[in-house]
Amino acid sequence: MKEFMMIFRNAYTPDVKPSPEQIQESVKQWQDWMAGIAAQGKFVGTNRLSSAGAKILKPNNVITDGPYAELKEIVGGSLTVKADSFEQVIKLAEGCPIFNDGGSIELRQVIPMAM
Amino acid sequence: MNENELISQLFKTEYRKIISVLCKLFGIAHIEIAEDISNDSFLLASETWKLKGIPENPTAWLYTVAKNKTKDYFKRHKNFKENIIVDLQKNQIDFEEIEVDLSIKNISDSQLRMMFTICNPVIPVESQIGLALKILCGFKINEIAEAFLSNKETVNKRLFRAKEKLRIENIKIELPNNSEINNRLKTVLTTLYLLFNEGYYSKTQSKTLNKELCLEAMRLNYLLLENESTNIPIVNALMSLMCFHSSRFDARMSEKGETILYEEQDRNLWNNELIAKGNYFLIESAKGQEITKYHLEASIAYWHCTKLETKDKWQNILQLYNKLLLIDYSPIVALNRTYALSKANGKKVAIIEAEKLHLKDNHLYFSLLGSLYTKIDNSKAIESYQKALSLATTTADKATIQNKLNKLKKYKNNSLNI
Repeated sequence: MKEFMMIFRNAYTPDVKPSPEQIQESVKQWQDWMAGIAAQGKFVGTNRLSSAGAKILKPNNVITDGPYAELKEIVGGSLTVKADSFEQVIKLAEGCPIFNDGGSIELRQVIPMAM
Repeated sequence: MNENELISQLFKTEYRKIISVLCKLFGIAHIEIAEDISNDSFLLASETWKLKGIPENPTAWLYTVAKNKTKDYFKRHKNFKENIIVDLQKNQIDFEEIEVDLSIKNISDSQLRMMFTICNPVIPVESQIGLALKILCGFKINEIAEAFLSNKETVNKRLFRAKEKLRIENIKIELPNNSEINNRLKTVLTTLYLLFNEGYYSKTQSKTLNKELCLEAMRLNYLLLENESTNIPIVNALMSLMCFHSSRFDARMSEKGETILYEEQDRNLWNNELIAKGNYFLIESAKGQEITKYHLEASIAYWHCTKLETKDKWQNILQLYNKLLLIDYSPIVALNRTYALSKANGKKVAIIEAEKLHLKDNHLYFSLLGSLYTKIDNSKAIESYQKALSLATTTADKATIQNKLNKLKKYKNNSLNI
């Protein structure tokens, strides 16, 4: 079985401040969705990325605060799954809460590194 | 209590103490001699007490006999003396004045060390449990065979190989040092967890034996809690889990050994004292940073012990199962999580998730589908239960499924008549 990474892209909306209830509801939806993948024994691992204090490092030691000025969406995290094909990964991605907020998922196959 | 009952009870509680002390003294290589001396002491007790009656302090009587038998053994078996002399000298013990120390302190220290010795990753997990049952729980070979649905020869062979392995690897009877103890403790806890499950989700019909297995697991876990260096949150979490689970022991099985499903249990039979203990250990378990699978399972069991059926209860259980799946997948957790999902978010959502699980050789999977489809699509429910019935192996499981099928068929016929 191969591994695939789902990369979550959200619309960049710094002005939207969700209420604690909304955050709680969103966490619940994400947990339910991820556990649905884990219940099929396909879950490998996941990461959430904080947007606080994000930096972009460019050549010649040029540092800027985050990519947001230039981009309409930001990477919010990733989730690695086991699957045989892209078709299966697409099936696993069904019901992902990111679609509720107009976000998208980039699907990539993971290439194991020979170390 | 007659002498036979007393002896079998003492065997369960004192055998492990005597054998642990002797093993600590001789080294694991000579475990069979320690077993012989311990067995002989009980044999003598049984013969003597039958003729002369039960002594005033039966435990002290056994200890004295064990001490004397050890001394005799040293006198009579020159070979043993020559073999063991090397080991004993390493421990700086003068074999001529060998003294078996059966003080409370040494007993508890020896038992603790034996747990770590037996639960050593150099031997397979089934052997660890088998040895734990034999040495630490005073189980007879036929009882172990019954617990594993195996036969005496297989169990004997397995235990023999395990002891050989411990001897060859020259495993020391000692507590791991502080840097190692947490890692090694996980193996010990796995064994205790499996030992408990062996009783709780048992394949055997004997209710007494099952309960005994659970109690032994709890006793051994308690030994860890009594020791300062092993009284850590994860151990409390496992203890909490065991307390919560065993609080439902009397409610979840009929006298005939039939399983009574959670929804159908008489909640008055749940043991409040054990629930209170579960709460206590759960609070103790929350003192660290780490959330282990035992923490999550104990928290789930906590909610299962709440008598009121609220939506909140199942929402909490669902979220805990979600977390558990992410750190420790197993088909049974996946099934339980889907059941919680149906209780929290409704059957329709749960059916969609259940159909994705594909656990096609698991009777519990089809039982779950059967229960989810009940009243939503009764033909599918019947079909699922029939598959479950064809896959189930134990009489208790078959009876439970057949019961569900009968109810469904009756319901279906009635609605057709109308």
